[in-house]
Amino acid sequence: MSDNNTQQQGKAVQTTGHAWDGDLQEFNNPLPRWWIWTFYATIIFSLGYWIIYPTWPYANTFTKGVGNTITFQNSAGEEVTTHWNTRSLLIEDMQTGEEALKQKAYLEKVNAASYEEILSDPDMMAFANSMAKVVFADNCAACHGPGGDLPEQAFGLYPNVADDAWLWGGTTTEIEQTITHGRNGFMPAFGKSLNDEKLEQLANYVLGLSGHSVETDKAAAGQKIFQGQEGGCYYCHGTDGTGLKSQGAANLTDAVWTVANVPGAVKEEGKVAAVKSVIKNGITRQMPQWKSRLGVEQIKLLTLYVHELGGGE
Amino acid sequence: MENEQVQPVEHLYEARKSIFPRSVKGRFRDLKWGILALAYGVYFLLPWLRWERDTGRDQAVLFDLVGRKFYLFDLTVYPQDIFWLAGFLMLAAYLLFFVTGIAGRVFCGYFCFQTLWTDVFVLVERLVQGERPARIRLSKQKWNAEKILKISTTHLLWLLFSFITGLSFVLYWGNAPELFGDFFSLQAPFAAYATALFLTATTYVMAGHAREQVCTYMCPYSRFQSAMFDSDSLIVSYDAKRGEGDKGRARAGRNLKTREVRAEAGVGDCIDCGYCVQVCPTGIDIRNGLQIQCISCALCIDACDTIMDSLEWPRGLVAYTSERQVSEGKRARLLRPKVLGYFAVLMIIVTALVWSVSHQQKFDMTISQVRQPLFVTLSDGRIQNSYEIKMNNKTGANLMLAFSLDGLPGAELDMGKFQAIILAPEQRLRLTARVRSHPDLLGEGSHSFVFRATPFKRDDLQEFMQNAVFTTP
Repeated sequence: MSDNNTQQQGKAVQTTGHAWDGDLQEFNNPLPRWWIWTFYATIIFSLGYWIIYPTWPYANTFTKGVGNTITFQNSAGEEVTTHWNTRSLLIEDMQTGEEALKQKAYLEKVNAASYEEILSDPDMMAFANSMAKVVFADNCAACHGPGGDLPEQAFGLYPNVADDAWLWGGTTTEIEQTITHGRNGFMPAFGKSLNDEKLEQLANYVLGLSGHSVETDKAAAGQKIFQGQEGGCYYCHGTDGTGLKSQGAANLTDAVWTVANVPGAVKEEGKVAAVKSVIKNGITRQMPQWKSRLGVEQIKLLTLYVHELGGGE
Repeated sequence: MENEQVQPVEHLYEARKSIFPRSVKGRFRDLKWGILALAYGVYFLLPWLRWERDTGRDQAVLFDLVGRKFYLFDLTVYPQDIFWLAGFLMLAAYLLFFVTGIAGRVFCGYFCFQTLWTDVFVLVERLVQGERPARIRLSKQKWNAEKILKISTTHLLWLLFSFITGLSFVLYWGNAPELFGDFFSLQAPFAAYATALFLTATTYVMAGHAREQVCTYMCPYSRFQSAMFDSDSLIVSYDAKRGEGDKGRARAGRNLKTREVRAEAGVGDCIDCGYCVQVCPTGIDIRNGLQIQCISCALCIDACDTIMDSLEWPRGLVAYTSERQVSEGKRARLLRPKVLGYFAVLMIIVTALVWSVSHQQKFDMTISQVRQPLFVTLSDGRIQNSYEIKMNNKTGANLMLAFSLDGLPGAELDMGKFQAIILAPEQRLRLTARVRSHPDLLGEGSHSFVFRATPFKRDDLQEFMQNAVFTTP
């Protein structure tokens, strides 16, 4: 074998011409021509690429590519034309891409439909849900939590929107109103006008409204304060304690507590103390208006999403 | 020790040596034409075959990328069925191993599209330019009107055939008659033109120019098939003992006309006519033994048989045989552990795949509990859990479903206005469901229950049930 290693099928094989140790040689097997051509083709391709795409850095800038621009609308609505770059390509695609246009068409369809129509159409509802989920996460989740519900540690800071207690109303019209214009939740502090004993009595009455066991004497006294001029609680919470939606007043007769951490209190005293503290210090909560930040369509989708979270009204 | 130095030649590359295969007639050539006709019949006509479906997609084989569904006759393949592809690829791989173990590179020689398309391109070349000697003459000839006419006709026909090939491929991915019209009225999607153009180019280059170089340099199968060979695998081989005799092959000259005379003179049966070399599409000489370039197309067998028949000598100087038969004279063993192993695996895959395809669910429903929040307390003291339901109607007809719960005491199901819905054929849908129950009825922790979807007026479908979990504080 080693005797004829420069022989292959009877033909001489080209070597590099050197011989080491007397007989050690290196073959010089030529590359196939198609391979060479492919290699040259890649070089030619790269020349074209240099011309058409941004490639070479020089001084403080770089070659921008010839005849290869992207036109899109910037946030101010002006047409912008730039050299080719992937970021602008993405913006352009989000504005005029096939999928973007499809989404836009569907968005227009949802926008033209009434809430009632959308709520009865599973397809539109699925579209609204998936699109609004992102809007909610971007804008609402910071306060309301990603699922519309805050963790226990943050109880009462912001309303839970995943349950069925709607301070300002849970119909689509009311939710849209809330998101569009924002809300100012206010309950005056009674710490100055009512002494500790009276606060205790009032708290007992309020707890009793939702079926908690309370001291009946104190509750009876508390009822007088609640329904009378001294406390005047009924102005907003109503004589039956179910709350006026126009005031954003909480329903005190149901099992949901929006500010006083009654569910988190262990003993009866703790529950009374939680309610007392709210009456004493009052509540000032604000939800900003979103009309200047979100479009009409986005608010509409959000309304449907929030409505769907808790089941709506 | 000879050490003849060869002067380096001033070439960085080696030019392909053009091969001009001579045509041959015979049983393997007929078989190959038959396979080619069948394969082309399927490939070029299948997109045009119509098939009745309730969903209105009436193409028998349609790969609908936009709709994310593949239609194969009565089977509709959904994205969830993608693991069938893995099964199919495994099937193809083991079938290749199995067949190669038994019959060598039979795939390369008879079924590979490179072989099929090269066959047709060589045929075109022959019809336009003539038989091998005429083609060799033409290639050496100076450029004149005849050469220009013949060469350009050949290339034009090649390009036309390449284009039909590319276009046919594209037709599988859309409604063929419609796409065909759109294609020529310049209304087809960009991807259709790009794909057709790309395949036209590759077909033209691979079958017209690269040919056997694809098998020799590019194709991985030719390399790893050699690892699946053993001495019992079928190979195309030259019977050197018979062909060479004691003193080698010799032309059938005046004194060496009959076998008896040749046997006496010690020369073999090979008359060195070179026909087997001329017909070889990869340009090798089979008499040099098994080579990597050999695609087992068996055309050299046909060539040699033709010569043997004309001399009225027995056939089989070049024949299908195995290394064992050549070296030991024994018949190749068919039932070998390797082959049986491949066969067993093949059967397992086929069984699993057939079972899986025949048990395809007609309706998909998955239910996932919303994890954030896991539960909320409602104003009446009940607990609410939310669920996301995804469903997919794979039946070809409208499907009306009513949803209900089972196994959760005091539970109420709220799906807005969608407690009963109608799913159009092939419609996928995502719904939100809220389930409410009182914690006093359930106690703390997780509670399993069953989500039910009951189809209306569909005797072919059973009730769909899906397990879910309800969480209380």
